[in-house]
Amino acid sequence: MPTDLFRRRLIKGFACIGAGAAVLPCCLSHASYAAGTGAKFALKEVADGVYAFGGVNELMTDANQGAICNVGLVVGDEAAAAVDSGGSMVEARAFLAAIKEVTDKPVRYLVNTHMHPDHIFGNAAFRDIGATIVGHRNLPRALAARGDFYLQSYHRQIGDALMQGIEIVPPTQTVDDRLELDLGGRKLELRAWKAAHTDNDLTAYDPATRTFFAGDLVFMGHLPTLDGSLLGWMRQLDELAAIDAAVTVPGHGPVPSAWPQALEDERRYFEVLAGDLRKAIADGVPLDKAVQTAGLGERGNWALFDDYNGRNATAAYAELEWE
Amino acid sequence: MKSQALTNRRWFSPISYSLAIAAVAFALLGGSTDIAGAQQTMASSDKIWASFKGDVFGERQIISDTGLVRIEAPKRAQDAALVPVDIYIDPAKAPDGVKAVTLIIDVNPAPLAATFTLGKDAGVTHISTRVRVNDYSWLRAIAETGSGQLHMTQTFVKASGGCSAPAVKNTDEAMASMGKMKLRQFPEPAMSQVQELQLMIRHPNNSGFQRDPITQYFIPAHFVQKLSISQDDKLILAMEGGISISEDPNFRFDFKANGPGEIKVEATDTDGKVFQDQWPLEAAGL
Ligand SMILES: [Zn+2]
Repeated sequence: MPTDLFRRRLIKGFACIGAGAAVLPCCLSHASYAAGTGAKFALKEVADGVYAFGGVNELMTDANQGAICNVGLVVGDEAAAAVDSGGSMVEARAFLAAIKEVTDKPVRYLVNTHMHPDHIFGNAAFRDIGATIVGHRNLPRALAARGDFYLQSYHRQIGDALMQGIEIVPPTQTVDDRLELDLGGRKLELRAWKAAHTDNDLTAYDPATRTFFAGDLVFMGHLPTLDGSLLGWMRQLDELAAIDAAVTVPGHGPVPSAWPQALEDERRYFEVLAGDLRKAIADGVPLDKAVQTAGLGERGNWALFDDYNGRNATAAYAELEWE
Repeated sequence: MKSQALTNRRWFSPISYSLAIAAVAFALLGGSTDIAGAQQTMASSDKIWASFKGDVFGERQIISDTGLVRIEAPKRAQDAALVPVDIYIDPAKAPDGVKAVTLIIDVNPAPLAATFTLGKDAGVTHISTRVRVNDYSWLRAIAETGSGQLHMTQTFVKASGGCSAPAVKNTDEAMASMGKMKLRQFPEPAMSQVQELQLMIRHPNNSGFQRDPITQYFIPAHFVQKLSISQDDKLILAMEGGISISEDPNFRFDFKANGPGEIKVEATDTDGKVFQDQWPLEAAGL
C-alpha cells in the first residue's frame, strides 16, 4: 500500500522553498493607483490626528487595486501607527504617499488586524520603510499555514500586474492579550481577541479620541466573512459593544461609524444564520443541502451576499454540529 | 509570456509543487479565457493523475463510468477547507460486492485522500465526508469489487480560492478538544434494516506545511491515519486517510445493522495516539 501518497508531495515541495521567495521587481508607482480606480487614495480625518481610508464593497480585482478594506492611521507627537497595509503593493504605496501628505512623523508601527490578504498584502511596503509590524500571537502561525495558498489563489483573481511585489510578511512583534504602542504623547491600545472572524483578530483603540479600529470584527454593508469561529464571534459581541468608543473604523463599511450601533447588522445576520443551521442540523439535513438555504433571509441586506454566504454557512455548519 | 513565467515561479512553494506543473502547462498553452482555463485545468489534473496512478494501482486496468460507483461534490467549492463529497455504490451493479473505495484529489499535495475498506456484507452504499481541495481538480472515486475489478468515476471541483484557504480555522480549539468523538444516528424508514450514521472526530488533521514561527522548522503533519468502525467485532467501514481529509474528520454512511450490537470506533493518528469510543445502536428500524 503506497501510504506515502497520503503526504507524498511534501518532500518534493521542500526542495522548492527558495524559489517561492523570489522577489519580483515592481514598476508600478502609486500614481497608477488613480489610473486604475479613477479615484485618488484619500485619507479622511475621522478625529483629531486619526485618519482612515474607506475601501469599496467588492471582491479584490485588478480594477480596484485590492483596495477593498478600510485602513487607518493614528499620529502621535513623535511617530505614527498605520492600521493594516491594504490589498496590494500599489495600494500600500498610495497609502504611504497619502500619509506623507498629512504628517511628517515616521510610521513606526504597522498594526495587522488579521491574516486576510486585503489587510496584509501591502506589508512589504511598510517593512521596507522600517516599520515594526505588530499582530496577534496567532498571526504568524496563520500566515505560515495560508501564505502560499493566498499567493496562488489571488494570482488568479487579481492578475500578474497587481501581484507584483506582494510578499507574505509576518509580524515581528506579537500581542498575547494587550499591548500599548507609544506614539509620543499618545498611546494606541491593542487588544487580541479569541477566535471570531479569524483566530488572529486584533483591534486598536485610541483613547484620546475614543476611536476604535475594529478590523474585520465589524462588517457593515459588506457581508461578514467567517474564517474563525461563529460562536466565538457571537460570544464576544457584548464584550466588543462594551468598548468605550465614540466611533469605529470597521474593517469593511462606512468610515467612521457610530459605536456600538455598528454591531447591530452583523449580530442579526449571525443569529439568522446560526438559527437556520441549528434547525437543519437537528433535522439531519446534510451540509451540502443545508448551506444552500441557510441565512437566505438576510440576502437583501448585504453586498457580496452570494459571494460569501455559502462559505460562511459551510464553516458555521461544521462548527455548530458539535454543539 | 516572460512575466507570466516569472510569476509562475511563485507557484513552486511547499504547498503546490503539482500546481506549479499545472500552471506552467496552462501558461505554455496560452489559455486565457475562463472556459479555456477550466478545460486546461481539467487536462492538467488528468496529467497529474496519470503521473501517480501507477503508484496507487500499479498496472491494473481501471474501467470508467460504469455506474457501479458515483461521486458528487459541489462544482464550485464554497470553502476550500471543507468540501463535502458523497460516494454512492450501486449494489445491483456489483454482484460480488465492493471491497474498497479510494478517493483521489489530483492536485492536492497529498492526492490520495482516503481509502475506505467496506466490511463484508455490511451493506455500505453511501459514504459522505469532507475534504480539502487546493485548486481546480478532479475528485475521483475508484471502487474495487470483490473479484478485483476497478471502477472509476470523477467530478470536477473548482476550489473557491480567495481568502478561503484549506487550513485549520481555529487551531487552539482543535488541539484542545482533540480526540473527542460524536456519533449521530438518523432514523430510517420503519421495517428497514438500513441504518445511517455520522461519525465526527475532533482533530486538526493538519497539513504539515506550517513552519514553526520561532524555529522555522516545519511542524510535522499530524492527522488521523487509521479509523475503523465496527458493530461488535464485525467491520462496517475502515479508513486509511491523509491530510486531504478536512479538520474534524466527519463520515456519514449507511449500513445494514446486524442485530442490536454496539457501534465501536477506533482511530489512530500520526503521533500514535489512539482514540476509542462506543455507542449503543438506537434500534430505529429493527
Ligand atoms: Zn478579513
